Amino acid sequence: MIGQLTRNERQGALLILIALAILGLAMAAVGRDDPLGGQGALVMVAALAGLFGVISRYYAPEPGPDRVSRYYDEPSKVGIIIAMGWVVFGLFIGDWVAWLLVDPNLTFHAAWSSFGRIRPVHTTSVIFGFGGNALIATSFYVMQRTSRARLPDQLSPLFVLFGYNLFCVLAVAGYMMGITQSKEYAEPEWYADIWLVVVWITYFVIYLRTLARRKEKHIYVANWYYLAFILVVAVLHIVNNLAVPVSFGHARSYSLFSGVQDAMTEWWYGHNAVAFFLTSGFLGMLYYYLPKVAGRPIFSYRMSIINFWGITFFYMWAGSHHLHYTALPQWVQTLGMTFSLMLLVPSWASAGNALLTLNGAWHKVRDDATLRFMMVAAVFYGLATFEGSFMAIRPVNSLSHYTDWTIGHVHAGALGWVAMITFGSIYASVPWLWKRDGMFSPRLVEVHFWLAVAGTVIYVMAMWNSGIVQGLMWRTYNDSGTLAYSFVDSVVAMHPYYIARAIGGLMFLLGSLVGCYNIWLTIRTAPQVAGRTASEFPDAAPIGAPVLQPGE
Amino acid sequence: MFGLHYRLETKAMGLVLAIIGVSSIGGLVEIAPLFTIHQTVEEAPGMRLYTPLEIAGRNIYMREGCYACHSQMIRTLRDEVERYGPYSLAVESKYDHPMLWGSKRTGPDLARIGGKYSDEWHVRHLNNPRDVVPESIMPAYDFLSRTELRKDDLGEHLAALRKVGVPYTDEMIANASSDAYGQAAPDTPYAEGVVKRYGAATNVASFDGKSGELTEMDALVAYLQIVGRLTDAAYKPVASAE
Repeated sequence: MIGQLTRNERQGALLILIALAILGLAMAAVGRDDPLGGQGALVMVAALAGLFGVISRYYAPEPGPDRVSRYYDEPSKVGIIIAMGWVVFGLFIGDWVAWLLVDPNLTFHAAWSSFGRIRPVHTTSVIFGFGGNALIATSFYVMQRTSRARLPDQLSPLFVLFGYNLFCVLAVAGYMMGITQSKEYAEPEWYADIWLVVVWITYFVIYLRTLARRKEKHIYVANWYYLAFILVVAVLHIVNNLAVPVSFGHARSYSLFSGVQDAMTEWWYGHNAVAFFLTSGFLGMLYYYLPKVAGRPIFSYRMSIINFWGITFFYMWAGSHHLHYTALPQWVQTLGMTFSLMLLVPSWASAGNALLTLNGAWHKVRDDATLRFMMVAAVFYGLATFEGSFMAIRPVNSLSHYTDWTIGHVHAGALGWVAMITFGSIYASVPWLWKRDGMFSPRLVEVHFWLAVAGTVIYVMAMWNSGIVQGLMWRTYNDSGTLAYSFVDSVVAMHPYYIARAIGGLMFLLGSLVGCYNIWLTIRTAPQVAGRTASEFPDAAPIGAPVLQPGE
Repeated sequence: MFGLHYRLETKAMGLVLAIIGVSSIGGLVEIAPLFTIHQTVEEAPGMRLYTPLEIAGRNIYMREGCYACHSQMIRTLRDEVERYGPYSLAVESKYDHPMLWGSKRTGPDLARIGGKYSDEWHVRHLNNPRDVVPESIMPAYDFLSRTELRKDDLGEHLAALRKVGVPYTDEMIANASSDAYGQAAPDTPYAEGVVKRYGAATNVASFDGKSGELTEMDALVAYLQIVGRLTDAAYKPVASAE
């Protein structure tokens, strides 16, 4: 990795890492009476590890000037490996959390392992750790291919990748130490938030610099989605995390907003994290990898335009459907519901555009689990967006809100759509990136596929049942006109579903372990493709060579 | 329209500006008015402030991620009002930075938990929930009783809260640490200071049943006992919205 950097860039990396180590030391010193000190130590250790890595390869030969004729895929390779690490960790914690609801004694009397602390560890690891790394890795890959331009330099993409992972590690370690803002999906504290802004701006600048040097006149659809992901997540992140720290020596900060305004800001953020992190970014992935693997052009260019702007416009209104019947003014609730319903149009049109692209390639869907991952992802995307619009209707929400139904819905999207499209894209890119004939074992891809599908279906079915049972029990009246069940009755009724859910999650976890094994063996042992020219690997072709784009 | 887009997608900065423009409308229309429309948050004269001990307890509530399983927002639905109490008003979380409305009820709503159970019940329940509710699946928080509360920096916490709009006075900030101690130490001179600064309705009690050392258990129980009781606006027949 360091071998790919020029001498100047290695010096730049050293400077950044030294600055980071000093920053970590300062945090550790100023925050020595506070959990902030531990976080500072973590920053310093990470920076020192990085320094060690750079110094040990400092005198390695520099890349030759011919590097500019090739795509720069090192960050994508590393990003995919890190993403697979996060998914295993995040799913493991997720399944542990699921078993905690079956038997609360599985915390083993430790503070760091109680449900409330490790539940955000799970959500952050899978959404930001797995999802984020997969997005960064694939976006670098896709943006270079669709622009036919190399990344602007070698250092900044690595800065984005490792800087982003430092944010994730700070977040996850922080929750277990007891550091959180208590804003769902925005739990990291002020210093981590500021760091993420720095990383994110660098990411945006890389994107713009690459686009500026593109040899394709038109910017391909996938890049619109990746751009929307980068831009809107930045806006959401900055606004929702505005806060006043207790002091520079404290990890704790107090949100600038309170009460109803905070609730609306939080769910404007929360719902659009779903929209622009978990939807836009992954649609970018879908728009590149699905047509590429299917060998078919996108079904409709015009539909992509309508869907893109529909999603970008409508989603931002929908957050208030998380606050039906609350103290939020009703006009905002109604707007949120209305736009959530309208959102179904671009969502289903996107899913339809993906599925119709497969026309003429259905035999590949049958034979190739990689493409089947993407097909199932599009189907789950359609299902989850329909369910989401449905649950945003006020009377439906009165039953579903606060129950496990929401958890089921989220996992239909997260497991069925986000994880499946990511696994499909990773299985497609690994052989391309490492220049192999294919995955080490297509049969193991099949195994992973069926474990993932079965796990998702069991999980979602269990949560639909438990959620609806819960919701109905809370509102059931007996003949004398009083509530029929105490709250704890509903807790007892959940027990079998919680077991089923934990088993479904376990299957999904096993599937991803199979995936890791398969990817590892592909990288390690599969033979290099010998005696073939680069042009037979469309994605490895030198920059500037005419390559059919997925849109053509 | 598609012709226009055909040209737009050749310009990176054009796309960037269009995305920012199109995506900001929703948030601007829905969020900005909440800060300006007067009826959004009801009037509640005489609303109390969280004491330093209650703020410390609230921070523990957040640290432990209680919001992941417990909401603090009773919706305007008959069964919720009958199960938990009067539906929540916006004004009740006026001083909540951030709000803890929550999104999931693995356990029951806590918006009206304050005063519902005794301090002793809470201590036993937090030490091991299954001692008082055999079917409970809540984790045990027995370490809270063994952990001393950090109180030397509570003044800084109050000062930060004042910066974001909670009307703490200089006197409250200066006495934050001793007020935290005093609230859990009835019959000491420190307790009088708390009542003087935060009102006669302040819960002064030896929350964890042990005098002397101030523990995190004291703080969390003090917080749980104030939840929903900063104002009685929700109990009035019609909330005074202008």
